[in-house]
This record gives sequence, C-alpha cells and structure tokens, in this order.
Amino acid sequence: MSAAQSSNVSAAESRKGSLTAWIDARFPMTRMFKEHASEYYAPKNFNFWYYFGSLALVVLVIQIVTGIFLTMNYKPSAEDAFASVEYIMRDVDWGWLIRYMHSTGASAFFIVVYLHMFRGLMYGSYKNPRELIWIFGMLIYLCLMAEAFFGYLLPWGNMSYWGAQVIVSLFGAIPFGIGEVLVDWIRGDYYISDITLNRFFALHVIALPLALVFLVIAHILALHEVGSNNPDGVEIKKLKGPDGRPVDGIPFHPYYTVKDLVGFIVFAALFASVVFFAPEMGGYFLEHANFDPADPLLTPEHIAPVWYFTPYYAILRAVPNKLLGVVLMGAAVLIFFFLPWLDRAKVKSIRYRGWIFKTFLFAFATSFIALGYLGLQPATEGYTLAARVFTVVYFAFFLLMPWYSKIDKTKPVPDRVTYHAH
Amino acid sequence: MRIKKIFLGLAAGTLAALPAALWAAAPAGALQPANNDVSNQASLQRGARNFVNYCLGCHSARYVRYNRIAADLGLTEAQVEENLMFTGERVHDTMEIAMNREDAARWFGTVPPDLSLIARSRGTDYLYSFLKSFYLDPSRPTGVNNVVMPMTAMPHVLWDLQGYQQAVYEGETDASGNVEKRFKTLELAQPGTMSPQEFDQFVRDTVNFLDYIGEPMQLERRSLGLRVLAFLLVFFLFAYFLKKEYWKDVK
Amino acid sequence: MSAEAEEIEGGRRHFLLVATTVTGLAGAALTAVPFLASWRPSARAQALGAPVEVPIGKVEPGSMIKVEWRGQAIFILRRTPEMLATLEDPALTGQLRDPDSKQSEQPEYAQNTARAARPEFLVVVGVCTHLGCAPIGRFQPRDAELGADWRGGFYCPCHGSKFDLAGRVFKDVPAPTNLRVPPYRFLNESTLLVGSDTEVA
Repeated sequence: MSAAQSSNVSAAESRKGSLTAWIDARFPMTRMFKEHASEYYAPKNFNFWYYFGSLALVVLVIQIVTGIFLTMNYKPSAEDAFASVEYIMRDVDWGWLIRYMHSTGASAFFIVVYLHMFRGLMYGSYKNPRELIWIFGMLIYLCLMAEAFFGYLLPWGNMSYWGAQVIVSLFGAIPFGIGEVLVDWIRGDYYISDITLNRFFALHVIALPLALVFLVIAHILALHEVGSNNPDGVEIKKLKGPDGRPVDGIPFHPYYTVKDLVGFIVFAALFASVVFFAPEMGGYFLEHANFDPADPLLTPEHIAPVWYFTPYYAILRAVPNKLLGVVLMGAAVLIFFFLPWLDRAKVKSIRYRGWIFKTFLFAFATSFIALGYLGLQPATEGYTLAARVFTVVYFAFFLLMPWYSKIDKTKPVPDRVTYHAH
Repeated sequence: MRIKKIFLGLAAGTLAALPAALWAAAPAGALQPANNDVSNQASLQRGARNFVNYCLGCHSARYVRYNRIAADLGLTEAQVEENLMFTGERVHDTMEIAMNREDAARWFGTVPPDLSLIARSRGTDYLYSFLKSFYLDPSRPTGVNNVVMPMTAMPHVLWDLQGYQQAVYEGETDASGNVEKRFKTLELAQPGTMSPQEFDQFVRDTVNFLDYIGEPMQLERRSLGLRVLAFLLVFFLFAYFLKKEYWKDVK
Repeated sequence: MSAEAEEIEGGRRHFLLVATTVTGLAGAALTAVPFLASWRPSARAQALGAPVEVPIGKVEPGSMIKVEWRGQAIFILRRTPEMLATLEDPALTGQLRDPDSKQSEQPEYAQNTARAARPEFLVVVGVCTHLGCAPIGRFQPRDAELGADWRGGFYCPCHGSKFDLAGRVFKDVPAPTNLRVPPYRFLNESTLLVGSDTEVA
C-alpha cells in the first residue's frame, strides 16, 4: 500500500470516528449497538425454530410500510371503501403489489407468530426467568388478533361485513343487559355501518400499531435483559470464560445477523411465491366472498373467519351455550398467559423432558391444527363432535400441566449447550 | 401404569378424531371446467366483444377502464372505441351502464350485479357452467331456469346462439308409489345459430374475459414473480456462503 | 493457519460481505420502486385529466370562456383583429419582459407574437406565473385602474402582475414569465381539444 493511499484511508477513518464520537456524545448509538447486537451474547446452538422471532419483526415492518401506502389511497367509508380497494388494485401504479403484500403479510404474521410460540412451548422459553418476555409476547399476540380483526373489515367485502357482525355479536353474550349495550357501543350504530368502519380504521392504522411497536420493544428489551433461551434450555450466563463472556455465547452481530439474513431470504422467497403466484391462497388468505361488496341483507353462504382465527372459532362452536362458548373461546387465548406458572417441571427444553410432556405437547399441537381445520368446515354433527374432543385436549394440555409436568421423568440437563461445529 | 393407560387413551382419542376432522365435504354440485387461458389474447378479444354485446346491456364492470382493456388486449384505443364502445363514453371511462338501479330492480326483481369481480367471487368454472345451464321452465317469469343457480332472475340472454335446452329427468318410484323426479341432464330442444362446440367456445371466451377483468394484472404479476424469485436465489447464494464463512469461527 | 492462508480467507469473507451487501442494497432499492411509483398520477387521475373538448363556435369575438382542465382554469379568448393589432405595437412590446416567449412555457406552435396556433384564439392556463392566483380578464383599453395606456390584457389582483392580450407579462411586475399555454388542437372549426395536440391520445 502506498503512503498516499494509507494516509487517505486513515483520514477517512478519523473523519468517520469523529462523526461517531460526535453522535455518541449526544446519543448512545454505539452503546446501543453493542448492547443489542455486537456484544449481545446469544447461545450458539439456535436451530431452525429460532428464525421466527426476527421474521416476525420483518413482517411487522412489511405490514407497517405497506399499510402506510395503502392508507394513501384507501377511503374508510361504507360508500367508498370497497371501490377504493379496487382503485388500489387497478388504477394506482403497483397498488396491487402493495395490497397483496399487506394481505399476504397478515397471514404470514400469524404463521410466523404461531411457529415462534410453538418454539417457546417446546423449549420452555416462558419459564423463569423469562415470564415477562412471554407475557409481553402474549400481549403482542392479543394486539395482533385485534389488529387483524379490525383490518379485515376495511375492504368492506361481504365476508368482512359478516365476519365483523359475527365477532361483534359475541360480546352480546354477556348477561345482565351489558352485552347488548356493549355491542351497540362497539358498533356506534345498530348494525355494522359506516360509523363502525371509520372507528375500526382508526384503531387499525393508529392505535394498535402503536401498541404493537411499543410491546415489541418491551419484548426485545426484556429478552436482552435476561438473555436468550436455547434448544437445550441451558442458561449460558452461568458459565463464563475468563473474559467474562458466556463460553457458549456468540455475539449476535455478525453471527446471527448473517444467519437471520439467510432465513429472511428463504422467507422472502416463500412470501413472494404467495404474493405473485397465489395471492388468494385458494381462498384462505383472500376469501372469495370478499370480492362481493358488503351487503347487510345477504349473508355469504358459508361464513368462516380467516384461517388464523379458526381454532378459536371451532372452540366457540363446539359449545352449545352462547355465553359459555364465548367464555371458553376467551379462556383458550388467555390461558397462555398462565403458562409460566402452570409448568412445574425442573427442566425447560423438550430435549430433557419425559414422554408425558411430549405426548401432551403433540396432542395440543394436533388439536390446535385440527380445530383450525374444523373452524373452516360447516358445523355438522360429526365435525362438532370432533371439535369437542379437540377442545378437551386443548384445555387438558394447560389444566393438567401442573400435575403432569411435575410427575414427568426428566433427564439431567448438561452444563454446556449441544453444538457441533460445521 | 394406570397413568400411562390414560395417556395412551388420550393419544388414541386424538388420533381417532382425526379422520372425522379430515373427512372431506361432499362436492358442491358438479361444475364443468372452464379451461380458459388469460394469456390467450385472441380469446380475450373475442370475449370482450361478447361481453359488450351480450352482458354490458344490463351488467356494468365499473372498475374496468376501456383504455386498460386496449393496452392489455393488444388493441389500439381507436379499435376499442370502434368495436367495444357504443354509447358515447370516452376511452378513459369505466364500463358503466345507462340502466339505473331502480329500473333494473323493477324489471328483474333484483339489480344485475357488477361483473368486475364476478370471476373472483364465483370462480370461472361456475360462470362457465352457469351460462351453459339455462333450460326451459314455463313456471319462471323469464321462461327459463338454471341448473347451476336455480331460480335465477337472469333471462337466457344467449338463447339465439345456444338455442333452448330442456331438462331431462329420471323417474324414481319410492315405496309408496310416488314418482320422484330427479334431474338427469339437459338436452337441446331447439338449436340456436351456433353448434354446441361453437357455443362452448363462445362461453369460454366470455368467461376468459371475465377472468381477466377480475384481476387485469394477473399476467404481469406472474412474470414479475419469476424475476423476483430469480433475484432472491442470487441473494440467497451470497448470504448463505457469507453465513458459512462467518460461522467457521464458531467452534 | 499460515498468514497467507488467513489473508485468502479474509479475502473470501470480504468478497462475500461486499457481494451480499451490494445485492441487499440493490434489492432494497428495487423494492422501493413500486412504493415510489405508486405516487404517480393514477389511471383515474389520468382519466379525469384527460383532454377536454370545448365548443368554441358560439364564442363572440372579443369575449372569453373558461373551461377546467386538470383542476386549472383554461382561458379561451377569441381576439378581434383590433386586439391582434395591438400585439405587434412596438410601444407595447417595449414594455414586455419576454415578448418573444423565449423564457416562457408553451408548445412550439404557440411560440409566436400571438402565442397561438390560430391567432384568433388565445388559449392559456389561467394561473398567474407568480404565485398561482387567477388573473382577471381586462380586455377594454384605457382601464380606469390600469392606466390610460392600457391596451387590454390580464391583471392579477393578488400582486398586481399584468399580461397583454397574448398573455405576455409586463416588466416591473412580480410574475417572471408569460402565462403558460397548454397543449391543444382544433378538431374542427367549432371544437377545440384542450390537453392534447397529437392525433393519437
């Protein structure tokens, strides 16, 4: 390297250095980068299931960006909403791409979040000391469901309309006259109308996204406070090297940034395959009946919520009593919050648990998927019976957990994580 | 061991409930496949002509612009103005109709739906089968009924092309001696100006056009999709080897 | 590992890092394109902004009609021979900032003294080139307000800009250039098409 070149390089470096120093004196840029990336030590044995956290963040960004651009052309009024969506699809340059990204993103969000949650169940990521991470995560999930529900009304298709009608009517199950008052209060009218659409729009584009972003930050801060769990459920902080760093930890940046980038690209390819080749996904992501405008006088022949709500919808339908059905459906969601205290096993990861937990987890996952399927089917007698069986299995997983997690035979957990260098 | 039995029972119950859950719903009426192809421009052009001649009298396509059709179907705007536009619209306009909704409701008992998205809400096979399944039924105000959509308010608009069909039933005598009529098939009672094959093609072209206007960007969407996936493949290769390179450090 | 082997390793890592970063940035830029392009005038905006046909057969000489095109008023003034005569007057052109429309915006066929394809019809955008107010037609000479040597033209009430009967701006007024001339063509003797000057729309 010639002298001239090297002096150039060092000049550039010092300029860069001084800018960083200037900012750091005023804003903790470098410190935050170190704390959350280059000196955040994550266990080195993350596997396939650990992609979905970062992917959930990616989908959140996709939804926010595409959502902002959709609001630029969408009109939240009963008169114009349906037409404005078609305007976006046809008249706005690239509007179709932005809209399909948003509609696919809604389903992608739930796929990613369900897999992320299942990871937590498998590896005991909700257990002490990560209870708050789990609770923030569950609050994110609740917000996400609300966000999806409000967003689903906005296209003002006939399925949007009747979906909102059915879900809002659920609140009518509350006794002592409270239910009816509540339903009118939510709608702001005596039926799902322009007024309802307008307020759902406000909640969908402002209130819930704000709450989501706040909760996501809290979720990540709580995670970085206690450190990540891993497939072995070993606390890597317990074993530190002479340099004070966990021997089984590696800096998140660059190791997991490059790894997550690979995961992101694979996800992007799958996402693009849906957006470009099957945006309706056979009527599961965009329902056929929603291509008819909302008609308060005509219910679609076969009414079912979007797939990500169907497990709970199946539970609702499995119960022959309206109030009890609603209560059970709510319980099915809320019971997740108590998981850290229901699980009394000494080990976290499924790798060191006994066969009882494995059986229950398998039965639970099966029942969740089966209920999801049943929620999409007409409520025939056979289906309803099946839904009842699966509902029992679903709740048994949680309610029997204090018992079976305690008596289950566990294996000894090693001191170090399992990792084979490639 | 009693506990183990409970769990086995539970697992078995779960598995036993599965087949019931997976039991598929009965087929919802036999529809004939439309087998249309939106990349066939000639078919789309014929379909557009059929649409403006036979549908656009009563049905609008209010999200579809004439100049978009010109661009997508390989026609000039002048050709579209000459062949597809009859009532003094401008080429930038959407396919509206003159008939107002109250009149329509009075004449047909219902407002003929806008057809911009009909292929997306009903499916092409449904439309193809529907348009071919009118049959004579003197009990209906229009004189015809439809197998795919019984009691439809729509008259048999294509009667001069297809002719009139009549329903053929097969009788089935039940235990008490009553004959129950069961629908068997449709047969041509009075031929139209087209042969059945020509008529099928006519309907297929029309449905093809409806499919296209349901989602005018669908061809563009697929071709862009291939390029996006190709890009992602290149990106994947770089990122994958970069990841491997870094992870060599991790022992 | 020898120092040499290490350097090769470092080179490979560096190459992959640069390649991935460049590809990623290119991907981000390409992804941004649809979002930015969605801000262009949509098909509906283009439809609403399509050329308008204006019947001009009944416009009296010396009078003006206004039509709307793309949210702007278009002034169509049918000029009398007397009006046209003033445009050549050196006493007038001496007072103008851009008498030959060199710095102003107009189609080629309107870059002449009359600023028109057919001298009889003046077609201009009724938006002052200063700050966008709407000028007012003051076609009578010797206007009480605009002075004894006023030969007729346009006057902008906002900041006092003055234009002659060809929309040419006077010196010493705030407006920098002549009134804009939109594209237009005559479909026949009594119909003017504003917004397009080519055969194929």
